[in-house]
Amino acid sequence: MLPILIPFLMAILSIINWGNRVLHRFLALAGSVGLLFAALALLTTVSEQGILSSNIGDWPAPYGIVLVADLPGAIMVLMAAIVGLAVLVYSTACMDEACERFGYYPLILILLMGMCGAFLTGDLFNLYVWFEIMLIASFALLALGGSRAQLEGSVKYFALNLLVSAFFLTGIGFLYGMTGSLNMAALAQALRAAGPEQPVTTVAIFFMIAFGIKAAMFPLYFWLPASYHTPPVPVSAIFAGLLTKVGVYAMIRVFTLLFVQDTEWTHGLLLAGAALTMLSGVLGAVARREIRRILSFNIISHIGYIVLGLALYRPLALAGAWLYMIHHVIVMATLFLVSGIVQRVGGSFRLARLGGLYQGHPGLALLFLLPALALSGVPPLSGFWPKLVLLQAMLQDGLWLVAATALLVSLLTLFSMMRIWVGAFWSQAPQNVATPGPLANVERRMLYGPVLALTALTIAISVFAGPAFELTQRAAQQLLDPQQYIVAVLGESP
Amino acid sequence: MTSIILVVATRLVFPLMLMFSLFLLLRGHDAPGGGFVGGLMAASAFALYAFATSVTRARDALRRSTFRLIGVGLLFAFVSGLPGLFAGSPFLKALWTSAELPVIGKLSSVLLFDTGVLLVVVGVTLTIVFAMAEADEEEEE
Repeated sequence: MLPILIPFLMAILSIINWGNRVLHRFLALAGSVGLLFAALALLTTVSEQGILSSNIGDWPAPYGIVLVADLPGAIMVLMAAIVGLAVLVYSTACMDEACERFGYYPLILILLMGMCGAFLTGDLFNLYVWFEIMLIASFALLALGGSRAQLEGSVKYFALNLLVSAFFLTGIGFLYGMTGSLNMAALAQALRAAGPEQPVTTVAIFFMIAFGIKAAMFPLYFWLPASYHTPPVPVSAIFAGLLTKVGVYAMIRVFTLLFVQDTEWTHGLLLAGAALTMLSGVLGAVARREIRRILSFNIISHIGYIVLGLALYRPLALAGAWLYMIHHVIVMATLFLVSGIVQRVGGSFRLARLGGLYQGHPGLALLFLLPALALSGVPPLSGFWPKLVLLQAMLQDGLWLVAATALLVSLLTLFSMMRIWVGAFWSQAPQNVATPGPLANVERRMLYGPVLALTALTIAISVFAGPAFELTQRAAQQLLDPQQYIVAVLGESP
Repeated sequence: MTSIILVVATRLVFPLMLMFSLFLLLRGHDAPGGGFVGGLMAASAFALYAFATSVTRARDALRRSTFRLIGVGLLFAFVSGLPGLFAGSPFLKALWTSAELPVIGKLSSVLLFDTGVLLVVVGVTLTIVFAMAEADEEEEE
């Protein structure tokens, strides 16, 4: 409960004191620190006591709305809290006054609340409501600033998301018509009992399309690179780190809990989609010359890895996917934040206009190199372990072709990241480009602090990959054993 | 273009509409009514006032900024969830006092929630209406 209430309360207080920028900053920071502690507490409780559920308003489970915290959900809430805090600290240094005046901080808080809600809800329609809350906040954040490119990006984003909502609602409508319930646990029971005459797989495809667009899967990813590079850097970072992951999370949740009747077909489709997502994403990344665009395409290709874990549908693969998710959230947010610093000290996002940053900023170069290598999966950094696990799972299933694709994609990712590295840090500085003034001391601390912390976290995951993997293995077990979930929500009885 | 009929009628109808909005709010929950309709009614009262006079005067009559109304309304709704939490039940559990009051009936956390909804609806509706009316007025000038 608390992870949702804390950002909500802070957002409310910010709205009451609209226009007071200093207070907004303070409330946002306090809210995200509070969220971090609440998320940590939630994760420890869940890992000790098993799945928790709470009936909102005390209406009994299949009728009222339930919030359910299991390990996968609790881990994601913690990720949201970490990235949220880092982004908020970072933005105190780099957001311009106009954005702050238009309610940047309350919007971020509302976005965080929506994410936590989506990670914790146990009701399908409620999930839709949280999606809408995130959407409203993210539209406003995308358009904040109101430059031409931003508006173009947000119109695309907006149109696509209306489509998502339509598919999602249609799917929900069908399910409700078939089973008479929207509670996920009750649905899981009903769908397992459903006979072959009911169009369960058809409905599953509705959800696959809706969450596929959200998560930017092949062939529905084109909106992401069109919009993610336009907003201010901290907004890009929180979108890149978290927002697409909500789609993936919903996909995994739905395709482990509800739609497991015809796994051969649905998960086969997911497997093909995942492989193509990886390939087309990374090819897009190789072709770009602007830092944030390269990163955007890399998000897509790595979403493929996570969905791949789901498609293989075995404990090892899902555990790998969840570890990948953790790693990717942190690394992607770091890379976007670093790209913001690069733009601040180098004056541009375009590789052609950058160069020679290594001379003046060796620390920054290192801060880019570490997450970039982690993203590509160079051992022993955090990206290596989940990739290893996923490969192992693929080879166990004898999927040589997909495994080869995954390896190729890793190589190409490395290539695209090294292109940024060479272009921005190593090459000769271009002539006749005005470089902005040096950073003030406070600004430097606010910009580098969160990046340093996130990088430290990446390294921590690399070093403690063992315990982290154990945790995600337990999360994967909970995902693959819906009975636990059903009992936690509905009680022992029927 | 101000019509004298509209101005005079508004002067009569405005308090009635606000009272009706309050009536709808208190009637709610078990009978048709509640915070949402009540809020729409109150918002239309202020919208009417804005059309009869001017947006600036309607804003003055409202006395608070529309954003603040939204915020306070959300805060009410938030607080209404807390008693349940303190009583050891989940968030938003509806609690009723046993004391019967004239007009209002039983006091409850639900009434607080509904009041919050009313304020939010008024705030949101008027933010939109005022913004559009102001754009209109600027065009006329």
